Amino acid sequence: MPYSKEDMARRAAAEIPEGSIVNLGIGLPTLVADYLPEGHAWLHSENGLLGMGPFPYEGDEDPQLINAGKQTVTVLPGGSTFDSASSFAMIRGGHVDLAFLGAMQVSATGDLANWAVPGGKVMGIGGAMDLASGCRRVIALMNHATKEGEHKLVASCSYPLTARGVVARVITELGVFDPTPAGAFRVIELAPGVSRDQVAKLTGAPLVD
Amino acid sequence: MQGRHKNKVVGSVRDALADLRDGMTIMVGGFGLSGNPEALIRGVVERGVRDLTLVSNNAGNLGKGLAQWLHAGILRKVICSYIGNNDDLHKRMASGEVQVEITPQGTLAERMRAAGAGVPAFYTPTGVGTVVQEGKEIREIDGRTYLLEKALHADVALVRAARGDRFGNLRFWRTARNFSPIMAAAADTTIAEVDELVELGAIDPDDVHTPGLYVHRVIEVREHENPFEYRTVRPRPEGA
Repeated sequence: MPYSKEDMARRAAAEIPEGSIVNLGIGLPTLVADYLPEGHAWLHSENGLLGMGPFPYEGDEDPQLINAGKQTVTVLPGGSTFDSASSFAMIRGGHVDLAFLGAMQVSATGDLANWAVPGGKVMGIGGAMDLASGCRRVIALMNHATKEGEHKLVASCSYPLTARGVVARVITELGVFDPTPAGAFRVIELAPGVSRDQVAKLTGAPLVD
Repeated sequence: MQGRHKNKVVGSVRDALADLRDGMTIMVGGFGLSGNPEALIRGVVERGVRDLTLVSNNAGNLGKGLAQWLHAGILRKVICSYIGNNDDLHKRMASGEVQVEITPQGTLAERMRAAGAGVPAFYTPTGVGTVVQEGKEIREIDGRTYLLEKALHADVALVRAARGDRFGNLRFWRTARNFSPIMAAAADTTIAEVDELVELGAIDPDDVHTPGLYVHRVIEVREHENPFEYRTVRPRPEGA
């Protein structure tokens, strides 16, 4: 059985060292927060919030307290707010330990493409390029292939790049894989019941142990 | 002789925006619809200026906020980091009515910070190896590659703060702060829409987020819509 979205989020949460500063990208990475024990790590949101808490209780929501996905959130005791230049100085300055980002393509050398589909509607860059090139460790959370079976873990990205050589680890529904300088994905683990052959077919670059 | 920092409080949006001109570059604070200077945004449309360049992280959404400027057809260009599902902008970008420059969010912020701090340009790793580096100077410093980004100025900044005094000291609320302090510093004229106008000294000096020298006009606006872009909540457990 491949990992469910919840399994992927739980597996991603296991990558977070206690006492670290973590940024969760928009989409699937947002789910990771649900699997973090209370007080385990400090969540950073690039719109200017450190110490982000869960969604507010009904009736407590504040339209001026939001995350980078513009969803209403809360701030935990010990949290802080700051302006956008300070927030991105934290990111660019290497003060954010770990970022989980969604991805459209990841290359076997760790290039990331996650902001535009050639010929598709341009959604914009947002904080993706800063997070990808500034955070100390970048983990991509993504589907292993498209619905049509096209590779998303590839030898070389064909979509517009977000940053080069930044992805340390990829978590998909099929398992956990690390890009390597040699241009192959190292198999860290396979989801229960998933075979290496199955992964190889759905991966556009060599696999190594 | 009178300096720029006397009699900043104005009584109407119309007075606040009196010296806007066609073709100006205007920065507007807010992250999406959160922290928008709502009355000033409406006021610019009523003021009737056009051919504007807007600098803002987004250009409205859900037909609200800065989308009103798109509806009114007063924008020539938008410099932003994210469009998302803002169909008002997608439509005008596709038709060529509005030129759009998409900038990484951290670079957008730092370009404003640099402008306000008298730094003409800076090197950043963000965007290296991507379309963002096209046409920019690339330089290796201590073994890492950077690209040169230029400071971004504006004629006018429109910001929103929770509290402000007559000198223009501002204090923001939660994540409504976002780009506003750096926009205030990057513009020739900064106009602040404050939810509450307070006496000098009512904001403790240690709690001032934007010192008054960055602000040139203050207008108190007590009523705001404060729309939710994505209202996400969890059920309240019993007793909480």
